[in-house]
Amino acid sequence: MVLSAVPRPNSQSGSKMSRQQQQQQRTPLKVTDTVVEVKSKFEAEYRRFAVKKNGPGGFQEFYGLLQTIHQIPGVDVLLGYADVHGDLLPINNDDNFHKAVSSANPLLRIIITKKEDEPVVFGTNSLQRRKKGLGLTGLRTPGAGSTHSKNRTGLMIGMPQNFRQVSSIIDVDILPETHRRVRLHKHGTHKPLGFYIRDGVSVRVTPQGVEKVPGVFISRLVRGGLAESTGLLGVNDEILEVNGIDVAGKSLDQVTDMMVANSHNLIVTVKPANQRNNVMHRGSKTSMGNSGSVGSAGSTGSILSHDSPSPASQSNPITASNSIAEGDSDDEDDDGDIILENDSLMPHDSHQVTDSNNVNLNRDSPTNGPHSSTVVRPLPQSVSLPSSVGASLSDSSMTSNYNRNTAHTASNRQESMREDGTIITL
Amino acid sequence: MMKFRFRRQGTDPQREKIKQELFAFSKTVEHGFPHQPSALAFDPKLQLMAIGTKSGSIKVYGAPGVEFTGLHKDLSAVTQIHFLPGQGRLLSLLDDNTIHLWELVVGASREVGGVKREGVVSLQEVGNYSLPGRPGIESCSATRVTVLLLLRSCDLLCIGTEGGGVYFLDLPRLSLKDTQTLLQDQITQSLPDDHRCGKSLGPVESLQEHPQRAGKILIGYSRGLVVLWDLSTRHAEQLFLGKQQLESLVWERSGSLFVSSHNDGSYSVWPVVSGNTYSHQPASSTIPYGPFPCKAINKILWRTTCTGSPVLLYSGGMQRASYGDRHCLTIQRDKDHVTLDFTSRVIDFFTVHSIEPEKEFDDPSALVVLLEEELVVIDLQTPGWPSLPTPYLAPLHSSAITCSCHISSVPPKLWERVVNAGRAQQGRQRTHRSWPICGGKNRAPPPRQQELLLTGHEDGTVRFWDASGVALTPLYKLSTANIFHTDCDPSDDPQDPSSDPDMQQEEEEWPPFRKVGCFDPYSDDPRLGIQKISLCKYSNRLVVAGTAGQVIVLGLSDDRSAHLVDVSVVDLLQDREGFTWKGHDRLEPRLKPAPFPPGFQPLVLVQCLPPASVTAVALHAEWNLIAFGTSHGFGLFDYHRRNTVLARCTLHPNDSLAMEGPLSRVKSLKKSLRQSFRRIRKSRVSGKKRTIATPTRKIQEANAALAEQEEVAPVQRRIEPRSADDSLSGVVRCLCFADTFLRDGTHHGPTLWAGTNSGSVYAYALEVPGIGLGRACERGGASESSVCVEAVLGKEIQLMHRAPVVSICMLDGRGKPLPDPYEASQDLAIAPDMTNAHSVLIASEEQLKVFSLPKVSAKTKFKLTAHEGCRVRKVALVVFSSTAQEDYSEHTLVCLTNLGDMHLFNIPGLRPQVRYNCIRKEDISGIASCVFTKTGQGFYLISPSEYERFSLSAKVLTEPLCSVQLDRPLEPTPASDGTTTQPQANGTRKNQLGQAEGQTEESLSSLSSPVLDTPLDSPLSCADLTIDSTGEITVEDVRDFLTTVDEAENNLKNISEEEGRPTGILIN
Repeated sequence: MVLSAVPRPNSQSGSKMSRQQQQQQRTPLKVTDTVVEVKSKFEAEYRRFAVKKNGPGGFQEFYGLLQTIHQIPGVDVLLGYADVHGDLLPINNDDNFHKAVSSANPLLRIIITKKEDEPVVFGTNSLQRRKKGLGLTGLRTPGAGSTHSKNRTGLMIGMPQNFRQVSSIIDVDILPETHRRVRLHKHGTHKPLGFYIRDGVSVRVTPQGVEKVPGVFISRLVRGGLAESTGLLGVNDEILEVNGIDVAGKSLDQVTDMMVANSHNLIVTVKPANQRNNVMHRGSKTSMGNSGSVGSAGSTGSILSHDSPSPASQSNPITASNSIAEGDSDDEDDDGDIILENDSLMPHDSHQVTDSNNVNLNRDSPTNGPHSSTVVRPLPQSVSLPSSVGASLSDSSMTSNYNRNTAHTASNRQESMREDGTIITL
Repeated sequence: MMKFRFRRQGTDPQREKIKQELFAFSKTVEHGFPHQPSALAFDPKLQLMAIGTKSGSIKVYGAPGVEFTGLHKDLSAVTQIHFLPGQGRLLSLLDDNTIHLWELVVGASREVGGVKREGVVSLQEVGNYSLPGRPGIESCSATRVTVLLLLRSCDLLCIGTEGGGVYFLDLPRLSLKDTQTLLQDQITQSLPDDHRCGKSLGPVESLQEHPQRAGKILIGYSRGLVVLWDLSTRHAEQLFLGKQQLESLVWERSGSLFVSSHNDGSYSVWPVVSGNTYSHQPASSTIPYGPFPCKAINKILWRTTCTGSPVLLYSGGMQRASYGDRHCLTIQRDKDHVTLDFTSRVIDFFTVHSIEPEKEFDDPSALVVLLEEELVVIDLQTPGWPSLPTPYLAPLHSSAITCSCHISSVPPKLWERVVNAGRAQQGRQRTHRSWPICGGKNRAPPPRQQELLLTGHEDGTVRFWDASGVALTPLYKLSTANIFHTDCDPSDDPQDPSSDPDMQQEEEEWPPFRKVGCFDPYSDDPRLGIQKISLCKYSNRLVVAGTAGQVIVLGLSDDRSAHLVDVSVVDLLQDREGFTWKGHDRLEPRLKPAPFPPGFQPLVLVQCLPPASVTAVALHAEWNLIAFGTSHGFGLFDYHRRNTVLARCTLHPNDSLAMEGPLSRVKSLKKSLRQSFRRIRKSRVSGKKRTIATPTRKIQEANAALAEQEEVAPVQRRIEPRSADDSLSGVVRCLCFADTFLRDGTHHGPTLWAGTNSGSVYAYALEVPGIGLGRACERGGASESSVCVEAVLGKEIQLMHRAPVVSICMLDGRGKPLPDPYEASQDLAIAPDMTNAHSVLIASEEQLKVFSLPKVSAKTKFKLTAHEGCRVRKVALVVFSSTAQEDYSEHTLVCLTNLGDMHLFNIPGLRPQVRYNCIRKEDISGIASCVFTKTGQGFYLISPSEYERFSLSAKVLTEPLCSVQLDRPLEPTPASDGTTTQPQANGTRKNQLGQAEGQTEESLSSLSSPVLDTPLDSPLSCADLTIDSTGEITVEDVRDFLTTVDEAENNLKNISEEEGRPTGILIN
């Protein structure tokens, strides 16, 4: 799984790793190798204890342990730890828990916050000040320090469940190497899709020789738009298909209309103008992936959501054509019409509603795969990423809009339900 | 994967057969007046008239209903047409200097509506010829044809050219008689010495055959010389040494004199006395509108009458300074002198007169004048020379058409009353002469039902047309201007000025102008323009809504009446703050009672505020309700109780554009376009007839250059989803009344539905006293006391894709559209199925979707834009009858897209059935003007003045079926090597040659795969067309289909999983 389009985060995390190794070697061990000292903080209280370094157990175990130690059973909390760079990083699965334990030097500082509280902001540089007080500055290399303080303000890191897939490269295994199929998700985000298309002339190599045919190209990317921030589309990329439908012979206006009509879940197959970044799926097995997702943060070092490609999709290449057929028959999330019903009229039989709800959830879940949770969410929740905050704002303004429309109705019995992948508010 | 499944299944031959019996596309006839006519001809033997246009089409008209159309392969303007009298042949001269021979031939017998029809006559080109250029000489100017003369014997065509030569063509073989060619040198040799000045004689300006002595022709040269040439002896018999620049020549019937007209506005009479070789001076020379400089007399006719003094008819000759810009034609006899003053340029004219050689006089009975925008016929036998109403070729655009509406199967009672109202309108002065052009025989069966086409115009009139047959005949004109107080005199009944000539004629005025014709493109007040029309044919209620937010309810009355119209004002903004209307003011209603002639008389005027243009109306006469929408919201009005039931603002808070009137930005662009077109047209008009070529060519070049430029600098399009605050999102696009289930599944009642530009649909439950009693009882009789109509908001649907809602309609339990008001209650239609659940079909610009009622959940849908890249422009529910089975019919959704395609879908399955290319996608006004009938026909404007009528139904079509009695056999000449492909007129040649002209094999294949270049994986490809092609759709089938959609989808999903296909990624 890969993310050839965004090489930067990769290299960054790599360098981080090597630095950590160096630091670990340099740090004199104060306690025995097998135990990691833990200092956890919840509100104003501190607790100190130790966990085994080799077999610390899973995240759930640790979570339970903390709840007991702090005597807060049943309180939903978020866990964070201070890493060697003074960054506050989240602990919410086995992987990052192990990482936290292994990177303790020697103390593992845990910060516990209530979920209901202000959303905690994880990110690099977030503990800058506190770090100084804790005397961790000495551990940092001077170079790293300068980059932190001068060049970058802290990067925000969101909670994984708050991440929403915004783009992916799909069907890598069935497309020619020169083509790229990009999926842009626009689940009501505030961010514009942000690109323009134009007419142009495309050169095709045919048995008769080189042939010039009219084509449609990306002419411009809007700064800060979805298309630009994913880095998967570029100016002068030729558009070959829109949601599986060949655009050959279609006018610019037709292609525009098709894209707008599909804008909630746009899949464009392009022939990138820059062919150097192509995925070399014949070459290295490791870089072959069906779904790579890229975070949508300000494009300078996004966090990667490490989705493993689903086995099904790897073994069974999806052809464009069958996707269309399904697209036709299926009601996807992009198509939910909102129906507001007035209370003064007779209410519906609620049984039927829940029935269809279940049916549809079942029907949808396989199709949405690992992202179903985010996709299904009627209104994306507030995310720590600055851009997504804007998105959620826009969403809430949308809802308020609808509410305002029906403001004169006595009371809106709002109940979230899904039907045919649509969101229906009663 | 689904697709593969269906492909394996293949197309269902049975379903294909049914589709062939239901659907067939053809463009049948063009109604109205040909756009940009450029030539006129008349066959006095067959009584047929031909009109050529600048787009290269020829239309032949005879008696009402007799029409033939031909289109040249090149789009050059037709500059001249000449009939071969009695033969059913005609010659056309094009702007590109080619001569074409056309013939009326019996077309191949074909099947129309299941009945084999033979002997249908059509117009076909059988040959063409172009003069070869003389070697060494700039070919196009010297041999450029200026005039044609067809001898009475019809075997020789004389061709006058720019270079002064006269060529002779053998007919009908169109071969040049080299030996006979007459060059100028031969003439100059015979000139007296004092007239030889070394200069050429100029182009041949006129060729006229001697009326009595065959073989002698009069040749008029531009510089003034006229020669009487004997064809057999090949020598100049007489020379008439005119010195004034010549425009035209005409013989007197006996051949004893001829008349020449000149470019200084004079005409001269030349006696022809044999033996006198040279005539230096005409017998008389007159400048009728002198003495000040006058414009040329372009054409002159001299017709003798039995009463003695001849009738002189000529066009032009007006005083240059004062009336140089008028388009005039003068009729003169003795003291009678009338200057017909037209609103558009005179193209050509002819008289209908006796042609039998034994008759002594011409005795013209009618004058037919072809103007640029209309055809005017003057009765020359009735004193005062009144104009005759035309049964066809009506100028639809006498004021620009702003909307149209079609009423199928009009009840005879209403028909009669409308016809009577129209008769009363034409008033006292009405000649009883019959239509002079009466050739051919209309063999079309009488229409099974009466059809009305209503057109709304910019000047506030609604015109009622008889659209039952091939000839679109005006029936009645309703003016709404007199309800309002406008700048022009409101009491001035805007009737055809032609109908009362006495008023217009003022004694002291010279020249004695008389306004003739009804083409008047200049509206007094654009706010009067009609935007929407709705007519209830059972209750004779008419709703007309206009540009300034006026909604007028009218009732039909047979008596004259003077009453005050009730006015109600509805504020659609509903106290929304922060909005100020920057558009036009509302129209001020008249304060005094106005006289209303018999016909539709206004009852109530509902004025929307702000006075934005009305964008949708709906009428439910049974409930006495009208609904209307503008760009700000919609309202519901009870015209019986005269109270406003509901006003709802649909504005989005960010919408700023909605506050500007329609007359602001958009209009100004249109206006400037119109102005520039006028300028172009003017530049064409100012030149002489044959110099048309140059500006046209220049324009073409400019267009080509423009096209190239566009390639250099490509257009960009932004890809962004529609957002809520797009401009004009609040525009109400459609309104619909229905008796259906909105509250719950057991009680139905009146509902109102409204759809907006931003994909919102509002559904209101209505309480109409006396209607929906079940509902009232259920409420414990609470509504019994309330006498007012009430509206309660029931549902709001926001389509996720936010595309404008084009149409909303209800489907009953059987999936059939609900009948119109009164139809069910008066047993005029099959009662709707109220026992099973209804559904609502919402067509947006991007998708068609059927939702179940009352729980609005999606049942079926078709995402047209996502698949095809086209957007829905017009939608109609149409009943298609089968040609094979008498009683079989299907309800079909017809959908016109922005690409001009017609897509047909079954309902409620929304499966694509057939698709036809209909309108050119560049023809935006054509697409916008399209209106459908209920039985599968339709109309759209191909020019401001013409409706193209088309048919999607294999059974119901209205097309000219006519025959002509000819002197020759009606078989095509063998010389024509089967080039019988006959493109449609008016530049619509892009369309299906095969399909249009009924070649059975062609239409077969085109049915099974309507558009061959559809990509295979497109959902519209032929393989997918028959997804539910299980033969006849019975009631049970529909119900099954509806209830098992989800199941079917689940099954599909299961299959897909069995096959190991991933379902993880969907491309839609």
